[in-house]
Amino acid sequence: MNGAGRVLRTELGRVRGLGSAKEGVQHWWMQRVTAIALIPLLLWFVIAIVAHTGQDYAAVHAWLASPVTLGLMILLVGAVFEHAQLGLQVVIEDYVHSEWLKIAAVLGVKLASLVLGLAAVVALAVIAFGH
Amino acid sequence: MPSHERPLSPHLQIYRWQLTSVLSILHRATGVALAVGTLLLVYWLVAAASGPESFATSQELIGSVVGRILLLGWTWALFYHLCNGVRHLFWDAGRGFELKTAYASGWTVVGASFLLTLIAWIAGYAVRGGA
Repeated sequence: MNGAGRVLRTELGRVRGLGSAKEGVQHWWMQRVTAIALIPLLLWFVIAIVAHTGQDYAAVHAWLASPVTLGLMILLVGAVFEHAQLGLQVVIEDYVHSEWLKIAAVLGVKLASLVLGLAAVVALAVIAFGH
Repeated sequence: MPSHERPLSPHLQIYRWQLTSVLSILHRATGVALAVGTLLLVYWLVAAASGPESFATSQELIGSVVGRILLLGWTWALFYHLCNGVRHLFWDAGRGFELKTAYASGWTVVGASFLLTLIAWIAGYAVRGGA
């Protein structure tokens, strides 16, 4: 028996893309979307950081405060922390077998990613609009 | 959770090390290391937002011997994860699964990660002008 025609999932469930985890392919897809976004963003970031190596406060501040840098840095920070928390979640789910510890660790990673991402964006905003 | 410890068979130590599995483990390891590295990025941005003194302190820390060694490690981890991530995206698209191709792309990723790290650091020192 090859299982053809014996679909146990409901049509509505298939349309909504929900599996047993109740979230469909959202996690997998967002990890790929952020990965693709990070390819150009990280190449720009490394080149920019190399170009500003050893520069003083005023020069780095001026670079970070420019509109293009601000926009790209916010995109970078957003994609980095979304990608990181999705990836760390998979690692935790693979290796942490105690259910409570697993839930606590995943929530901790999501909270830390949110706080760090916000801290980075606030810092960028202060650099661009403060002083 | 199993109520008592059961033997794992065959155990992990049985398997011979091979490029494909080592690169897979490295992808995870570099991903986790880069997630930790975001702490440095956020610290650096917050320092730049806090004023010239805290920025100078952050530059001193990052420019110290330990700082440079960590940054070198993170540079390689970033390029490795980036290159191997592209390799994964090709797999997601259903390409490159043949054993020969998987090994060729694997060695390419290893070579590219070291080469890009070298280029970035030579460029960094060139921009900086000496030590």
